[in-house]
Amino acid sequence: MPGTVLTITSGKGGVGKTTATANIAAALAQLGKKVVCVDADIGLRNLDLILGLENRIVYDLVDVVEGRCRLRQAMIRDKRLPNLFLIPAAQTRDKTAISPTDMVHLCDDLRQEFDWILIDSPAGIERGFRNAIAPADQVAVVTNPEVSAVRDADRIIGLIEAEEKGPARLLINRLNPAMVRQGDMLAVEDVLDLLAIDLLGVVPEDDAVVVNANRGTPVALDEKSRAGQAFRNVARRLLGENVPLLPLEDESGLLQRLSRLFGRGD
Amino acid sequence: MGWFDRLTGREKSAQKAKDRLRLVLIHDRADLTPGQLDALKDELIAVISRYIAIEPQSVEIQFSQHGREQFLVANIPLRPPARRRR
Repeated sequence: MPGTVLTITSGKGGVGKTTATANIAAALAQLGKKVVCVDADIGLRNLDLILGLENRIVYDLVDVVEGRCRLRQAMIRDKRLPNLFLIPAAQTRDKTAISPTDMVHLCDDLRQEFDWILIDSPAGIERGFRNAIAPADQVAVVTNPEVSAVRDADRIIGLIEAEEKGPARLLINRLNPAMVRQGDMLAVEDVLDLLAIDLLGVVPEDDAVVVNANRGTPVALDEKSRAGQAFRNVARRLLGENVPLLPLEDESGLLQRLSRLFGRGD
Repeated sequence: MGWFDRLTGREKSAQKAKDRLRLVLIHDRADLTPGQLDALKDELIAVISRYIAIEPQSVEIQFSQHGREQFLVANIPLRPPARRRR
């Protein structure tokens, strides 16, 4: 069976597309799927760094498209997960080095060999976005519960529909449960209400994301991290499992339950 | 809203964010600024008035939505028959 192409995009920069791509890929690989991630952010290569593979790059995506190497030569195998691969972006070129048609052809080849092909889209709504979306079977839109990120997500969802690649599914990243509880951050229901699309997952804000990025290890492999658990749940949902949303806060502690009961006004 | 905010009457920032986003998304999706919507309303009133007597100051034109589908809903009260006769 040919593999599925999942494009991860957002409109706004800095909401966690690359982190989401790396971690969903790692989680899918850990579940035994053969996965390749493609960094489509040409000129601003970063997926290699998040996966800790930055020292092993010889060829990149543009080299493949322009015929300077074979597809296989540009694939870097992950050191921890033998069925996880990366095709890095070129760092010294720009988005016009590749066309949407190039991406479609590339993914047609990758589909023969991989179960999942994850494409990390650049921010913005121009060429880079169209390159990333062209081969997509499924699209995940990453946003944060913040006004500018939600507005840009709405715009990108509209463009995905216009390209007939919808319906996209939403990944709400960096949600701070304490702020939501205090009424100072948009809640999951608020964002879904505004954007009117299906939810793929909610990733809580978690220091472990930065710590793991520092080390170049996917947080999805960190058993203790709540963000890691959220990414593992997303991977299982992609495989068709019905996984309930993670409770946003650890509700086991008596103190927490009491403080909620006598709560600061909620 | 918590009791403290209810006492002080201060609105929570998340609610404020949601209200602001709701408005901005409507205009983003329709690609129509509030000013253009006003102009549309004025022209619509002028056209309809040529055919039928209406109450221009009571005309309401707003966006409504169902999922990601948007509708332009116009509420145009006609002038009562008694006053329609000159």
